[in-house]
Amino acid sequence: MPVPHTAFEPEARTNHALRAYLHGLPGVDEVGARARAQDLSTRSIKTTAKANAIDLAISMVDLTTLEGADTPGKVRSLCAKAALPDPTDRTVPRVGAVCVYPDMVATAVGALQGTGIGVASVATAFPSGRAPMEVKLADTRRAVADGASEIDMVIDRGAFLSGDYRKVFDEIVAVKEACGDAHLKVILETGELVTYDNVRRASHLAIQAGGDFIKTSTGKVSPAATLPVTLVMLEAVRDHHAATGRHVGVKPAGGIRTTKDAIRNLVLVNETAGPDWLTPDLFRIGASSLLNDLLMQRTRLSTGTYPGPDYYTQD
Amino acid sequence: MIFEYAPAPESRSVVSLRETYDLFIDGEFTPARSGDHLTVLNPADETELARVAVAGEADVDRAVTAARRAHETVWSRMSGAERGKYLFRIARIIQERSRELAVLESMDNGKPVKETRDVDLPLVAAHFFYYAGWADKLAHAGFGPDPKPLGVAAQVIPWNFPLLMLAWKIAPALATGNTVVLKPAETTPLTALVFAQICQEADLPPGVVNILTGAGETGRALVGHPGTDKVAFTGSTEVGRQIARAVAGTDKRLTLELGGKGANIVYDDAALDQAVEGVVSGIFFNQGHVCCAGSRLLVQESVADEFLPRLKERIAKLRLGDPLDKNTDIGAINSAAQLERVRELTATADEENVERWSPACELPEHGYWFAPTVLTGVSQAHRVAREEIFGPVLSVLTFRTPEEAVAKANNTPYGLSAGVWTEKGSRMLWTAERLRAGVIWSNTFNKFDPTSPFGGYKESGYGREGGRHGLEAYLG
Repeated sequence: MPVPHTAFEPEARTNHALRAYLHGLPGVDEVGARARAQDLSTRSIKTTAKANAIDLAISMVDLTTLEGADTPGKVRSLCAKAALPDPTDRTVPRVGAVCVYPDMVATAVGALQGTGIGVASVATAFPSGRAPMEVKLADTRRAVADGASEIDMVIDRGAFLSGDYRKVFDEIVAVKEACGDAHLKVILETGELVTYDNVRRASHLAIQAGGDFIKTSTGKVSPAATLPVTLVMLEAVRDHHAATGRHVGVKPAGGIRTTKDAIRNLVLVNETAGPDWLTPDLFRIGASSLLNDLLMQRTRLSTGTYPGPDYYTQD
Repeated sequence: MIFEYAPAPESRSVVSLRETYDLFIDGEFTPARSGDHLTVLNPADETELARVAVAGEADVDRAVTAARRAHETVWSRMSGAERGKYLFRIARIIQERSRELAVLESMDNGKPVKETRDVDLPLVAAHFFYYAGWADKLAHAGFGPDPKPLGVAAQVIPWNFPLLMLAWKIAPALATGNTVVLKPAETTPLTALVFAQICQEADLPPGVVNILTGAGETGRALVGHPGTDKVAFTGSTEVGRQIARAVAGTDKRLTLELGGKGANIVYDDAALDQAVEGVVSGIFFNQGHVCCAGSRLLVQESVADEFLPRLKERIAKLRLGDPLDKNTDIGAINSAAQLERVRELTATADEENVERWSPACELPEHGYWFAPTVLTGVSQAHRVAREEIFGPVLSVLTFRTPEEAVAKANNTPYGLSAGVWTEKGSRMLWTAERLRAGVIWSNTFNKFDPTSPFGGYKESGYGREGGRHGLEAYLG
């Protein structure tokens, strides 16, 4: 694949050049991609492998609340849950991060002080991304100023679908700059890109523009993170690494609710990008209800029984 | 490693094996006249699974007589709708017992239980369901208003898909009103014997299906018996030739499904990740024990340097080992004899200076195992490009233009299967039109469906199985 060894230089960033690069990527056969994802989802992960996978998955969860109804109280209780997922079992690993709207960052940062858990904030007029550029940048800067260590931005899907790759690219570059030291996750909203060819192109575009992570979805559009979509994105980061040596992370988000779903994702990572990516530094799962299912399965594996949902805190 | 999959073995407890199995003739299990037995091994660890009777000429005669009687007195007189009911019943019992059959097939053949569970057994049931549906619609199949069965069919099947090949043979024969005497392969007779039990469970009239176990001699006796009307064989081209000679000059109808040296053509505009998957499943599915395997990769030279590392990286991820482990991708070679043949043919590549690559992969101590192998720098003149290896060995050749790809793909005595990988519809159609192969897959490989006819050109045999076409082989 003609992947350049360095990110596009400013003078090479013409829409024409970006288009030639993205449309020169090998196509994705839809039937084949689905079949591969389906095939990997039949892997049988049991006993010790399951126990390891559950702990790994917990450490990768970006525990998320992104509701219009979010309040400081709700965010604080989510943070308490992130710090101590299972009050009866101190061996449970901590989650990857807590993910909130920008105006809740300060609350979350305060609540998580001393836990070592970072705060991720969606920004750039999440979830639609339909706002002027200066608003998106201000959104980002404020979240970072309030202490967010990770920014989950959305790409301009309208620009992408109209073929204005330059606009998408420049926005990512600008947001990355606004992030400073904060890590940038680029949300592709694959449910609106629809085709796997688009998913592959958007992945490479976000990677070339400097994204630290590529993320499937906002969780507000259906379908969100499907296995074939995550597969195609994992192929993109694998190929980028093979060409440049740089690791870019992947974050499926939305619709991953059960331990089985999470383990299927880990199998996909293991057999597509490879075991290098089996770390919260390079793979995250955006979820809210998933965490309790992971905890329940964890208890089930160690004690042999299900304690029932009432034994786990709602948030 | 962070994420090592723990063993996930499928339980053997669903299978209850008898110590010895008799022949299935006229609805009953009955000992062979000679009293001879052969031992059936599990190729994954060389343990003994069971002993099965060896049918001799007298037994073949008994079975053919039973089949003839069943044909004349019951089966050919029964309405198609009634015959269909039996076939539907058999299909349902196969589904109900599919876990047991999948585990047994894996133990007997050495193939991964993932494949028997997800491919073999669903296709077996689907084949019976499909032909059950035809049984009362034969007047509308395009073979005249009142097509007639041939009579008694002698059927000999191979060891690579034991129960599936049984289904391909028995389902259309029974749907069209024929009765059968079937000989499973000597190394894999066990699921056929469970199928005999299923025929009893379904109350199939005695003599409609007869199963004779044994080796080459039994097959010769069955094919040579003058009392049959039809011979159907799936197996090697060499044995196919012997059968064609034996049948020549008789009134018997003959269909042969023989070997292949399928070409998988990857153009430079292919969806590369999916092409890698297709090439892998094309040659490593069922350890390459597939007559329509894509055993020759023809990759466009302009993309070969990019494609081959991806392919090797993917092959290195294949999990070889215990066939009953649900995560196993590559199982055991079916027999010591087949392993020897794979080794011998692959060794010719070393003598001919072909580059040979296998991933680092530990082979189990017992049983018959062969690591997935890729041979690069192969040219048309090499034996590994011409002869069917029937094992997990891929020969890689390159081409420059579509014309060259087609010429190379067709430059083989076989003509069973081919694959075309391109994102360009016109190039796909152009190529498919020119390939001399019975089955051509585009942007996929090794996909089977009971509605689709299957069969070969040239030395890959003649006649078609599956689909409406598959009825013709059993109708007069």
